Amino acid sequence: MSDQTSPKSRREALRCMAFGGAGTLFALAGGVFTPVDLAVAATDRQRAARAGKPLFVQISDTHIGFNKEANPDVGGTLARSIGLVNAMPEQPALIIHTGDITHLSKPAEFDVAQQMLAGLKTAELHTVPGEHDTTDPTVTEYLNRFGKNSDNRGYYSFDHAGVHFVALVNVLQFKPGGLGTLGPEQLAWVSGDLKGRSASTPIVVFAHMPLWTIYEPWGWGTGDAPQLITLLRRFGSVTVLNGHIHQIVQKVEGNVTFHTARSTAYPQPVAGVGAGPGPLKVPADQLPAMLGVTSVSVVRHPRSLALSDATLA
Amino acid sequence: MSLRRLLAVSVLVTVLQGSAMATEATAVAGPAPSTIVVARDFMFAPASLTVRAGSTVTWTNSDDEPHSVVGEAGLFRSGALDTGESFSFRFDRPGTYRYTCSIHPRMVGTIVVD
Repeated sequence: MSDQTSPKSRREALRCMAFGGAGTLFALAGGVFTPVDLAVAATDRQRAARAGKPLFVQISDTHIGFNKEANPDVGGTLARSIGLVNAMPEQPALIIHTGDITHLSKPAEFDVAQQMLAGLKTAELHTVPGEHDTTDPTVTEYLNRFGKNSDNRGYYSFDHAGVHFVALVNVLQFKPGGLGTLGPEQLAWVSGDLKGRSASTPIVVFAHMPLWTIYEPWGWGTGDAPQLITLLRRFGSVTVLNGHIHQIVQKVEGNVTFHTARSTAYPQPVAGVGAGPGPLKVPADQLPAMLGVTSVSVVRHPRSLALSDATLA
Repeated sequence: MSLRRLLAVSVLVTVLQGSAMATEATAVAGPAPSTIVVARDFMFAPASLTVRAGSTVTWTNSDDEPHSVVGEAGLFRSGALDTGESFSFRFDRPGTYRYTCSIHPRMVGTIVVD
């Protein structure tokens, strides 16, 4: 895709990001995004093939249990998001949920969320918890349902199609007034997990809170993330996916691409606007364009990952 | 005196001392007053509150976003409090108790118990 990279396409990519435009595919090659319209990708099979095979879809911040004015029907918008994924011409191999599955960590909320997510055609689901999923003292509700693959630690890794995935937890060790924390134990585990892996292995890291500091006064970051990024720098393709802030923010730093996903439940304000990171009330007709999912494809030549954000609009 | 009998006596003394202390504390404190802290606009208000030993502090969430109340030393912990929900804890011992919201850790507060 590097042959399509030009200052013009880069400007288009930035414009699409700025307006959160629906259905634009961002193919990442050599650290530069190249936009491909999803509608074109869906109808032009040749072009869609060049854009890569869908590897996984990221769903985030479903907040089942939320019922306030910003979106009284989070079940409905999650159902529409699931419909959007199920309608993809080629189904992704995996689904990743980057946390805040529920709003209040209640058993009934987890039950509804699990039942709804089971409606995805793609059965393989990988999750990390958000701070809304872990408000019970022992994190029992989340771990009983999703902790089996990680011996109830919550963090784990796996491989698929030659891509190494690392799932991390940064919502359990908050310092008062501080950012999210990975902690020395988890960082040591990551170091061991990555040791001996070829630098040409594409790496996908996902966690709930952003793994770079987007806005410290609202806790939009992870205090010890720089230690994690140091471990990732030697790899040629690293994609870091987060949720938490209910809007898309992207950054490319060397070979590391950072991306936060939209929520399927409700938008949040832009950093620093208003009293805090609460639900943002928008007119009902504007809500679908602010909710959605992210899909990530493997691009074979050159081998890299492509990010695509689709809204419910 | 056998060891067993010695232990029985010491246990009895401890129990008597314990009940004497409890009676004294009740007599001095009287009915425990209750005080309210509100979580609003991602802040606890008042951020610092001084109460007498034996007081019950109630936190109420006035935001559209859930909040929680988690004592730094693990003494008290609410679950997620949705809009309008409350959590109460009785502070029996003098000291300084810092707490935070586990969902929004920048929200911090202090209860000082005299």
